[in-house]
Amino acid sequence: MQQFFTTLLAGLTLGAVYAAFALALCLIWRSTRVVNFAQAPMAMVTTYVALEVIDHTGSYWFGFAVALLAGLVLGAVVERGLVRFVEGKSDLNVVILTLGLFVVLHSLAAIVFGQDYKSFPAPFGLRGLHVAGHDIAITGFGIFTLIAVAVVFGLLVALFRFTDLGLKMRASAFSPEVARLLGVRVGKMLTLGWALAAVVGSLAGLLVAGGNLVFPQFMDSVVVYGFVAAVLGGLDSPAGSVVGGLVLGLALSFVSGYAASDLVPITALGILVLVLLVRPGGLFSHVAERRV
Amino acid sequence: MAAITRVWRIPLVRHGVLGLLALVVMIFVLSQLSPFRNAQMATMAYLAIAAGGLTVLTGLSGQLSLGHGAFLAVGAYTSAYLLKDGDPPFPLVVVMLVSVVITVVVGAVVGVAAARLKGPYVAGATLALAVAVPALVRYAGGLGQEQGLHVVVPDVPRWFDDTIWQITGVDVDPTSYVAYLGWIALIVSYVLLANLMRSRTGRNWRALRDNDVAAEIAGITLGRSRVLAFVVSTAAAGLAGAVMALAVRVAAPSGFPVDLSLTLISAVVLGGLGSLTGALLGAALLTFLPQAVTSWGTSAGLSDVQAAELAPVVYGLIMMAVILLAPAGVVGSLRQLWQRRRGLV
Repeated sequence: MQQFFTTLLAGLTLGAVYAAFALALCLIWRSTRVVNFAQAPMAMVTTYVALEVIDHTGSYWFGFAVALLAGLVLGAVVERGLVRFVEGKSDLNVVILTLGLFVVLHSLAAIVFGQDYKSFPAPFGLRGLHVAGHDIAITGFGIFTLIAVAVVFGLLVALFRFTDLGLKMRASAFSPEVARLLGVRVGKMLTLGWALAAVVGSLAGLLVAGGNLVFPQFMDSVVVYGFVAAVLGGLDSPAGSVVGGLVLGLALSFVSGYAASDLVPITALGILVLVLLVRPGGLFSHVAERRV
Repeated sequence: MAAITRVWRIPLVRHGVLGLLALVVMIFVLSQLSPFRNAQMATMAYLAIAAGGLTVLTGLSGQLSLGHGAFLAVGAYTSAYLLKDGDPPFPLVVVMLVSVVITVVVGAVVGVAAARLKGPYVAGATLALAVAVPALVRYAGGLGQEQGLHVVVPDVPRWFDDTIWQITGVDVDPTSYVAYLGWIALIVSYVLLANLMRSRTGRNWRALRDNDVAAEIAGITLGRSRVLAFVVSTAAAGLAGAVMALAVRVAAPSGFPVDLSLTLISAVVLGGLGSLTGALLGAALLTFLPQAVTSWGTSAGLSDVQAAELAPVVYGLIMMAVILLAPAGVVGSLRQLWQRRRGLV
């Protein structure tokens, strides 16, 4: 029973990280119909920025804020400086562009920050909590992870549902021409979409890094599983991203806890194939009309 | 003259003649190279074969696979398993063919699943595959786990050595043997792929890529055509895996990271999407560029570890530059230029 709860809680925290990452992918997909493969290296870079700031100032939260800000700037720069030029061209071009960025950022980080492992601080305890004489297998940082992802999800839903800005962003993604005719600055909305996504991505990076080791490849598993989570939920739906992330996190945690950790990737593949065979557009997809 | 031009217009004849020509040039070039260069040529051969297959899949049928490294792994492990004692039950060519067949079986299963999916969903599923296959190998028994399988390259057959000696006057050593094998496999597969691309099947793929609805109305079966493209490209990947096993002399999970799959995509993009010449050029760049860039990096004052990371930066940048400035790739842009000069466009 103890092991069951340990695995469950570990799975939830892991799932929350995947969910955050999937949310970032989903944001970009909704605003520009692009899967940003460079999301993870971008988050890796901002996490390194946070580490440098923390090392110099000694304040975790200052580093945290700087990393999110760096994400905002990086996301905007990537959209305005690179992605803008291939918009409207073949889908493949954008994907290859982000893959190129993936490779470049990865290797640049190894040159600038070094290949060695550096430990990243965590703002909360990393030991299991002690409540009423019982050990609970969730750490302070784990709770922080869950709350942070829930808050981000809430904010995004609020943004898209209840604000003018969110409405404009949805309009520019849904139909750029019509939105432009109605006076929406579509270009600005796309830049904003990328910037916000990069902020969410950097948050995922900080959550993965907290209390762990940071090295240029530390986000690599999140690339795969975050992407699988987003595809699982249907790239269009933020709720799908969160559900996909949590489902995947729990499943993988149980497989590595009760079977073998080498079976984790094949489980992810299995779940993905199963879901996509039943619903080729992901769990939360709805049938879309196709324009001929 | 007119008759020769007419015969030359037949793709089978043209590709066959070019292939034979390439074979002769290849034999003379490889016989003159040092063992180190021959090893590099073997590397280029397997990258080029895999990139050729990916060109068919991505450039022609428009499906993006981020997991072709997994198919290379299947091919490499099949070869390695048959060659682990250095005493295969059948000739080396058959070993390579068996690797292709097994990879095709796996590829067909994946292709059937992938044909139902669109764009990013195919990418996601294949990316998961690229991670799953090496992990599965680590877990499975009989495949050597983390250390992998050691490959023993069979001795150079007497007739092969004799033939090459008679043509070039140079003996075949084990390293150049693998290079010869790799390049023969490369030439054969490129002739086959080039013919396929010019055939009805190739036209169907291009039609699907450009407008799937219109292609379906014109009577092309979407699913079957997509699966076929997937199968052809995995056959190439299986052959590439077999050559890779011979060239690297080991098949281990660490030899097939996600980076390998991304590297293959960059090879396809660097030269130009949809052109076999481009794939060949991309493979050559990937083989010979790292060494040049790394030595440039160390002379510029970087440490060895840092300099080793410089090559990916350079080809990542080239990849982005190609997409931004010349989306048709190096070969495609040259072709456009040539056509414009001849007043065709």
